[in-house]
Amino acid sequence: MPKKEIAGVSVDINEEGYLTDSSQWNREIAIAIAKSEGIAILNDFHWQVIGFLQKDFEEKGTLPTIRRVNKAGGISTKELYEYFPDGPLKKASKIAGLPKPQSCV
Amino acid sequence: MSTENEKIKKVSIICSKGSLDGIYPALIMANGARMEGLEASIFFTFFGLDAITKKRMNKIKVSTVGNPGMHMPTLLGAIPGMSAMATAMMKKKMNDLDIPPIPEFIEMIHDAGAKLYGCKASVDMFGIKPEDFCEQVEKVLTVGEFYHLSAGAQIIFT
Repeated sequence: MPKKEIAGVSVDINEEGYLTDSSQWNREIAIAIAKSEGIAILNDFHWQVIGFLQKDFEEKGTLPTIRRVNKAGGISTKELYEYFPDGPLKKASKIAGLPKPQSCV
Repeated sequence: MSTENEKIKKVSIICSKGSLDGIYPALIMANGARMEGLEASIFFTFFGLDAITKKRMNKIKVSTVGNPGMHMPTLLGAIPGMSAMATAMMKKKMNDLDIPPIPEFIEMIHDAGAKLYGCKASVDMFGIKPEDFCEQVEKVLTVGEFYHLSAGAQIIFT
């Protein structure tokens, strides 16, 4: 399994750059991944999304869909697309140290 | 893995059928495109217009007659209530998968930044007025305008 140094820590990642061990995640790593994904600064909205994804993943064992992020997380779909451009759920999951979304919706 | 210049950047989806099994593929493909960061638009034509018509979008049903995919004899499919029952079953399955009902899906796709258009020829043919459409509809286009808007896109007919 490839290793990569992100924010001064050596972490396990897969070939697409997703962390394979979410326990290695921290906020500095999130900030560094966000930068490499084209998000210069993580604001309160970004952190709210990251927090919800992590909480829901821990409780359910799978990533929520965009619909669930909206319904259960109270996060506006419009803003989700605005703040995580070019594939919001994939990008947010990567920054949150979670696996790549596998759902079609 | 595809290289950067082989990547699809934009899709234009034509939704021409008004049954549940006709409309969902178009909506799922448009939504999926936005989820991947692709530009997406849907051009609703013929009975596909039902998906964006306020009075009809809540009443879309699975067709149980003339639909070999249902694995059901035509006469059985024609029994009153059969289509409603098949629709209810399918809706439950889809809800479990977090696939929203059509009006909510249309709203979600719109919020995701996809553009929804009606087809001029069909609108004229069915006598549909602008106020009959749900608010997420951008505008009514001629076929020519649709092709212009689709420049650089992959066009998908459903």
